Amino acid sequence: MEAFTTLSAVAVPIDMVNVDTDQIIPVRFLPRPRTDPDYASFLFHDLRLDKDGNERPDFILNRAPYRDGKIIVADENWGCGSSREGAVWTLVANGIRAVIAPSFGDIHHNNAMKNGMLPIHLSKADCATLRAQLNAEPGAKITIDLAAQTVTGPDGARYSFEIDPFQKYRMLNGLDDIDVTLQHDKEFEAFESRYRKEATWLFAE
Amino acid sequence: MAGPQTMFDKIWNRHVIVQRDDGMCLMYVDRHLLHDGSFHAFTQMRNENRQLRRPKQTFATPDHYTPTTVARSIDAIKDPKLHEKVAALDANTRDFGVRQFGITDPNNGIVHVVGPEQGITQPGIFLVCGDSHTSTHGALGAIACGIGASEVGHVMATQCLWQRKPRTMRINIDGKLGFGVTGKDVILATIGQISTAGGVGHAIEYAGSAIRALSVEGRLTISNMTIEAGSRIGIMAPDDKTFEYLHGRPFAPKGAEWDKAVAYWRTLPTDDGASFDKEVAVDGAAITPMVTWGNSPEDVIRITDTVPDPEREANTERRESIRRALDYMDLKPGMPISDVTVDRVFIGSCTNSRIEDLRLAASVVKGRKAVVTAMVSPGSALVKAAAEAEGLDKIFTDAGFEWRFAGCSMCAGMNGDTIAAGERSASTSNRNFRGRQGPGSRTHLVSPAMAAAAAVTGKFTDVRRLMEEK
Repeated sequence: MEAFTTLSAVAVPIDMVNVDTDQIIPVRFLPRPRTDPDYASFLFHDLRLDKDGNERPDFILNRAPYRDGKIIVADENWGCGSSREGAVWTLVANGIRAVIAPSFGDIHHNNAMKNGMLPIHLSKADCATLRAQLNAEPGAKITIDLAAQTVTGPDGARYSFEIDPFQKYRMLNGLDDIDVTLQHDKEFEAFESRYRKEATWLFAE
Repeated sequence: MAGPQTMFDKIWNRHVIVQRDDGMCLMYVDRHLLHDGSFHAFTQMRNENRQLRRPKQTFATPDHYTPTTVARSIDAIKDPKLHEKVAALDANTRDFGVRQFGITDPNNGIVHVVGPEQGITQPGIFLVCGDSHTSTHGALGAIACGIGASEVGHVMATQCLWQRKPRTMRINIDGKLGFGVTGKDVILATIGQISTAGGVGHAIEYAGSAIRALSVEGRLTISNMTIEAGSRIGIMAPDDKTFEYLHGRPFAPKGAEWDKAVAYWRTLPTDDGASFDKEVAVDGAAITPMVTWGNSPEDVIRITDTVPDPEREANTERRESIRRALDYMDLKPGMPISDVTVDRVFIGSCTNSRIEDLRLAASVVKGRKAVVTAMVSPGSALVKAAAEAEGLDKIFTDAGFEWRFAGCSMCAGMNGDTIAAGERSASTSNRNFRGRQGPGSRTHLVSPAMAAAAAVTGKFTDVRRLMEEK
């Protein structure tokens, strides 16, 4: 997993609540392997393109300075709905490394951190302020410092955010979960042998 | 001695292998369910040369990619994309030693129907599956949650999962449900009340007299749509109905083990005086048959209501969101929902495809004719067989419905069952997102009874009226 330390990049405001993962990646692209070279093209496919496959100029990710954005500033309940991790994979394939929102769908939030994409919680008002600034000045940059747990807006205003210490450690070091877990083998074996005696009915052959 | 505990805490605490100082818990997974969308994780296992740690605690069934139109064999699947996924699960489960209820198996079906039906889902367990509707299994008193593909790989390799303990929320649904009101209407009304973000970060416990009075199948429908209320986990206290439901199922405990299990299960319900981070009350007696009008499950009204008018909405953000949804759904502000005509009716999905759902829909359809294209996809091969033994298939086909095989079908829209752009469906599924049932599709979520009523009248109709006519 790619580590996340600091990032200063163009940010894209998405002014919609409840952006569900069906919108982020339509279901018909889910059969594709995550290594598919076209994975980036699935992002917001049906909102980004019209029926004939032409870009809709009004969709923000089709507009010049935002195209190269690496940060999204969203609204409430970003990534709700289906558990499809493809929603994160296509965001990452487009270079998106962080999403700032007041709240996230829980599964999408977890999926993001498994793939080095940082979900940042800021208040609804702070997200609205940032989106207004990004709308007013297309191409404006936001800076994220994970170690310091800060977001710096285009106007220099600094916001602090909370993050789970364990996830922060994993993200800063780009650590894979399975390797971390396998360090706990002894505890696992001890737990299981005790548990098998307590809940015998779950282990009957 | 610990004070009064919630059911959630009791089950959670029992599964903690390691708790870090920062609160992250390594949780033991009792049961891991897989489906034909789980191929990414199998690819990861092969690439990293890993084995499944506890294959005997892992079960699989193809459902997302199974066609509902062709006979039950892998070779009969002509669409190469679907064939590939169903065949891959078959090969992967064989290679990694996982019990699969394959497409030819009489126990095949939608993973969230199969788990309870087989007795794999049991009270007090921690169950995960790479599908957001895993919340379904909570109705039997399990902590069950949906996980992403990376987490599926992690559970395969380790039989555990890192989780931070969510906050708790109890939704008390009291009062006697009215005539023609189902579990589906209860959960739609609840989501309408608390919003699709209402449960974010929380594990929900559903309690109250309305929940206790419901059958296990009605409860499964409610827990199923917990994810649409923003939470991954929706549990209910196991009771005698739960035990009766599970008794004798193939993977349920047997003999002395059964007695031991039931004795433990009886200790699970939340203790009197236990506290929750949040409590919500829903008036069960006030719930009526519900219909969604927009592109979020929280966009829901009673069948007797009118579609909202954005001009009457004070909040600008909400006004814009209503306007966008009405535009996509091609509805006029303020129109009665009962004036809206439908093109298609779908009865099925992990939300509403169990035998009671089909019985209810059939009772409305009986002696009437579908006036629009309508289909039924039972939740499993066993549900299908049970329905056929009761003659429900004949009631549906006599009325002009298509009687299909089991699968996620038109809920997920991945197996070829979709509706055309611009078409409007009355659907017993769980998501009315834009394009959910095919690009440009317009989905309205309803109960099986309301879907049946829409099929025989061609529009959203108060099913209570049709039921009274009988």
